[in-house]
Amino acid sequence: MSTIELRKVTKRFGSFTAVKDVDLSVAAGEVVCLLGPSGCGKTTTLRVIAGLESVTDGEVVIAGKVMNNLPPEKRDIAMVFQFYALYPSASVGENIAFPLYHDGISRAERTARVNRVAAILHLEHVLDRLPNQISEGEKQRAAMARAIVRDPNCFLFDEPLSRLDVELRQSMRGQIKEVLQGLSKATVIVTHDQLEALTMADRIAIMKDGLIEQVGSPHEVFAKPANAFVASFIGTPQMNLLEADLKTFADGTAEMAVAGINLAIRTDAAVARLQPGKVTIGVRPRAFTATDTGDRGTISARAELIEPMGAETLIHARTAAGADIRVVVTRSQRVKVGEALNLRPDPRQTHVFDGAGKAVRS
Amino acid sequence: MAESILGKLGFGRASGVDKAGWGRTLAVAVVAFIYFLPVLFIIFTAFKPQGDALLVPPTLSPTSLFGLIPDHFVFKPTLENFGSVFSRSMTPDGAPEATGFDRYFFNSIFIASASVLLALVIGTLAAFGFSRYPLKGNDTYLFIILTTRMLPAIVVIIPVILMFRVVGLSGSYLGIIMLYTAFNLAFTIWMMKSFFDELSPDVEDAARIDGSSGMRVFFKICLPQVIAGLAATFVFGLILTWNEFLFALLLSGPDTRTVPVAMNQAVSSGGRGTDWTLLAAIETLFLVPVFLVTFFLQNHLLRGVTFGTVKR
Repeated sequence: MSTIELRKVTKRFGSFTAVKDVDLSVAAGEVVCLLGPSGCGKTTTLRVIAGLESVTDGEVVIAGKVMNNLPPEKRDIAMVFQFYALYPSASVGENIAFPLYHDGISRAERTARVNRVAAILHLEHVLDRLPNQISEGEKQRAAMARAIVRDPNCFLFDEPLSRLDVELRQSMRGQIKEVLQGLSKATVIVTHDQLEALTMADRIAIMKDGLIEQVGSPHEVFAKPANAFVASFIGTPQMNLLEADLKTFADGTAEMAVAGINLAIRTDAAVARLQPGKVTIGVRPRAFTATDTGDRGTISARAELIEPMGAETLIHARTAAGADIRVVVTRSQRVKVGEALNLRPDPRQTHVFDGAGKAVRS
Repeated sequence: MAESILGKLGFGRASGVDKAGWGRTLAVAVVAFIYFLPVLFIIFTAFKPQGDALLVPPTLSPTSLFGLIPDHFVFKPTLENFGSVFSRSMTPDGAPEATGFDRYFFNSIFIASASVLLALVIGTLAAFGFSRYPLKGNDTYLFIILTTRMLPAIVVIIPVILMFRVVGLSGSYLGIIMLYTAFNLAFTIWMMKSFFDELSPDVEDAARIDGSSGMRVFFKICLPQVIAGLAATFVFGLILTWNEFLFALLLSGPDTRTVPVAMNQAVSSGGRGTDWTLLAAIETLFLVPVFLVTFFLQNHLLRGVTFGTVKR
């Protein structure tokens, strides 16, 4: 069975802890994205799975077997590197065939397999060329072909699309997803691009400072972020996180001071558990409705900067107390710089985070 | 064949001239000619009749270039000197005797290639070790390796002679080959380490994930990427070893004498003063092997290392 399981995996480099107590399981056929800012430990986690780094603590289980002490060549995994890592002195065809030399496969079978994956990834015409004679996109596909040419326990991808231009990235995203769906292997993809994670993954693990902050489906991490970090990391434009002072909560409505304005906002019932005090309110830019007249449920602010984004327009607004608020409105809604806005947050999309940044949700 | 040799010499590569222009190309050609002049002079001298060597003004050309060069600068080329290298009369009226130079040429080729190749094999493995599996105090060891090359040979020779005396290696092939190997090792390790350091670790990681053992990674992945480095190291090592004089003079015996040593003895023996045309003929012959090796490896030397697949 093609599965990956990390049990309380910790990796330390000297006194620096790169990965801390990571628990993660990837089922057969599942694609899990490790997502996080640079230096969050996602690549180290991947290298630990691959065996390129040894674990300091915990267990790496691949296909039901503890692999902690096995070198990478004994783990039967396939990996696509960020910089492709094609063998410079071998042709593309030889590159793709390279993993097959160890499995005792006949020459005819080898050629057949190389030709098959080359056809899947449209590489037939470059098989005889050297890696430095092909385009960036072809290198990416060649690296991919080398990974899928045999039948490994699992697939690992390290920032697979980061070196492609925008157009190519979109088409490759689709291609990778398609290829992976046909293979039903446990797959881990490391990326710092949330769009890549949201589109390709079955589940996303968001990492920060060596810890996994949340694991969930793309929908879950977007709609129900576990904490303020995940909330701000997922979604573009970024979620607005506003410091607030919670006063009372009754009948599903929280009375609070946000950026110096007293507001009554409908929130999740679990907010009742909170003691009055500092909280953070999270509202996505698309979850505001601009109304003509202000009331106790709206935040008043002034438009400072307008960024048309095509179908929508991003407005940077500022409250009287100086808090920045990003609002996305449809193209048809004309807003001018300096215009006063009354912004009503959608109660179903208003997140409350407690003093420690943890989401308060029932 | 003619075409490929011309190509190797840089002719027919129009783009080179196109980019720099004829003016600069010509300027470089002039400088290169000045560099080559001493070698050319020696080669010409090797073909001069014995009496011509010390003429003032010297004869300069074996041909008048269709009347372009005045007659008194032209000499009549002869192969006589090359014959004398291997066989000549040692006394004014004596019969020609074998000089043993065939043996000395064999010695030079055997000793130089054996020690350079040996150093290349050992040094490349060591360099890979230093590059991939650093020891505690890695740089210190690298530094120590180089210390024997920091001193003038004349200083190092004294302890070396004593060491050779004690173990009885003086005058043997084994001794001189070991010595040259040791000297070439320092150079080889430093050169090859820098080449290995430049390789992308990702490529090796990929090979290991693809199922290769450490050995296979080294031979199949790393080594092919440093061929240019191996060629450069080989050529430089060969030139240094080929021309080495002092150690060979003091540590080789009559059977293991190399050409530089024999050359010295050939021209200074007999008390008749220096036979310049003979010396030039030996030098010309001596030049041929290194010239050929360098010539055929120069494509590798010039190509540099391809770091094409991994961009930083």
